[in-house]
Amino acid sequence: MGKTIAEKILASKSGARAVSAGEIVDAYPDLVMSHTATWRSVSVMRKIGATKLFDPDRLAIVLDHVSPAKTEKYAQDQQTSRNFARDFGIAKFYDVDAGIAHLVLMENGHIKPGDLIVGTDSHCTIYGALGALGSGIGYTEVTSVWVTGKLWMKVPSSIRLVLNGAFLPAVSAKDLMLYLIGDLGADGCGYKSAEFYGDAIPQMSVSERMTVANMAMEMGSKCVFIPPDAATREYLANHGLDPAAYQPVYADADAVYERELSIDLSKLEPMVACPHQVENTKPISAVVGTRIDQAFLGSCANGKYEDLVVAARILSGRRVDPRVRFIVTPGSKQIMLEAMKSGVLQSLIESGALVTNPGCGACAGDGGMMADGEVSLSTANRNFIGRMGSSKSSIYLSSPATVAASVIKGALADPREFI
Amino acid sequence: MDTQIAGRVFKFGDNVNSDIIIAGRYLIYIEPAELAKHAFEMLGADFPEKLRKYDIIVAGRNFGCGSAREQASTAIKGLGIRAVVAASFARTFYRNAINDGLTIVECPEAVAAVSEGDNLSIDLVKGLITHDDRGYPFAQIPASVRRILELGGLANYLKANLPGA
Ligand code: SF4
Repeated sequence: MGKTIAEKILASKSGARAVSAGEIVDAYPDLVMSHTATWRSVSVMRKIGATKLFDPDRLAIVLDHVSPAKTEKYAQDQQTSRNFARDFGIAKFYDVDAGIAHLVLMENGHIKPGDLIVGTDSHCTIYGALGALGSGIGYTEVTSVWVTGKLWMKVPSSIRLVLNGAFLPAVSAKDLMLYLIGDLGADGCGYKSAEFYGDAIPQMSVSERMTVANMAMEMGSKCVFIPPDAATREYLANHGLDPAAYQPVYADADAVYERELSIDLSKLEPMVACPHQVENTKPISAVVGTRIDQAFLGSCANGKYEDLVVAARILSGRRVDPRVRFIVTPGSKQIMLEAMKSGVLQSLIESGALVTNPGCGACAGDGGMMADGEVSLSTANRNFIGRMGSSKSSIYLSSPATVAASVIKGALADPREFI
Repeated sequence: MDTQIAGRVFKFGDNVNSDIIIAGRYLIYIEPAELAKHAFEMLGADFPEKLRKYDIIVAGRNFGCGSAREQASTAIKGLGIRAVVAASFARTFYRNAINDGLTIVECPEAVAAVSEGDNLSIDLVKGLITHDDRGYPFAQIPASVRRILELGGLANYLKANLPGA
């Protein structure tokens, strides 16, 4: 019987010849990432009296979320993480200037097709954009993997999503994912692996694939795969990995899927997730005109260079409505630099954007908090109650194009009007 | 680990996310008592105090979805809640609860039958929830994983099983 990508990777990482969905295995991840939560894992290590790591080269630490430190407590916690990285010789350590962990790790060639990566963040699914199995775990479990090198994992069943056709202008991967999450629900892919196929994939940039793999977490996916192709190889080569450095894993032709779904991308329109659940999605036409007080362009879902370019294009020669605070947070230092050099940042600032330092920013409540009754539109991946400030504020989610159109109007707007 | 848990139920609906259970701004804490002060605060300032009067949380589908924050289960433990019974759990919450030594039970049939304020009892040995004289069997956590729960969580388990120790 054929195997899915998740089955193959988990077999290889647990030293088994073959495993099937439902089995529990002891898997040895290639990489354990930890972000702002690192100090918590360090404190567990101290508490249990562990002094040795299984393999320091398998650790990656990026200080994102609240960067630079906003309070003394954050400063102390970051110092704990920094000192730990120094004392244990963690080569893949990135400080508060680097950006969002997920993007930083991919940009620096630390994520390879076929790898198993676990980390202190639910959006580790994003590594599936490069054909790697990424999945989130808690901080105590991170300590456990640091020390023992392994963790128990249940081999997930898989669903197969086939994307055909092409996006219409102003429609993008974010709209696709909002549509899918609305359709399947917040647990529509719960405990499962989502494999993406179809003739639309080769046309999709790696940046768009990252949005797909990131957002798929919001339908409960344990992991996500977009099988590596020429675009993946090009991305990896540009980030220091030549093909000899990795071994992509593909599903067998007769692999067993729990469910198969196909979507015609040309039928999709711009979508928004309405407060306070990501699955609460509607086509933009249903909510056009809703006033917004703040907009956020950033996050691991949509704070990439291409996302900034999309927004800058729509805003070019236009102005942000003065009633809106438009916060732009490049996902990483590299993205920020690229956007500086190409003039994208200048153009966004001239249109009326407030550009912040790279990182999670407002997505993690690090700046850009909202007051009672305020409404924000965000390109991030979650609109949960109180996530960006007051529990009496509300968050809509959309693509970068919809955010750009909406800041011009001061209200939710259809990006198709601006292209 | 207690194998018999009985008490009064507080009931939630579907998709209770971990941002609701404990907001991101409190992730600077890891202590159960400190986290419990702010548990479910997004639903109302009185929620932490209110929930302390209950013993068991019963919830719908996908409990604990969203962020992988371990403090969601720690905060619930800090409230004195002894078990969470849900129709289903999000996978990160499921793992974190086990690693935190918080008893979790997946049992959609019991969830459908129970109302807020009801009393129910959970027998972890038999794998049975009893409510209103009716029994609802549930699937046990796999034995290999249950060992973590029995030792009160992953930190204790790890301490007892340190490599080279
Ligand atoms: S950008 Fe937002 S979703 Fe992504 S890692 Fe940071 S806080 Fe989490």
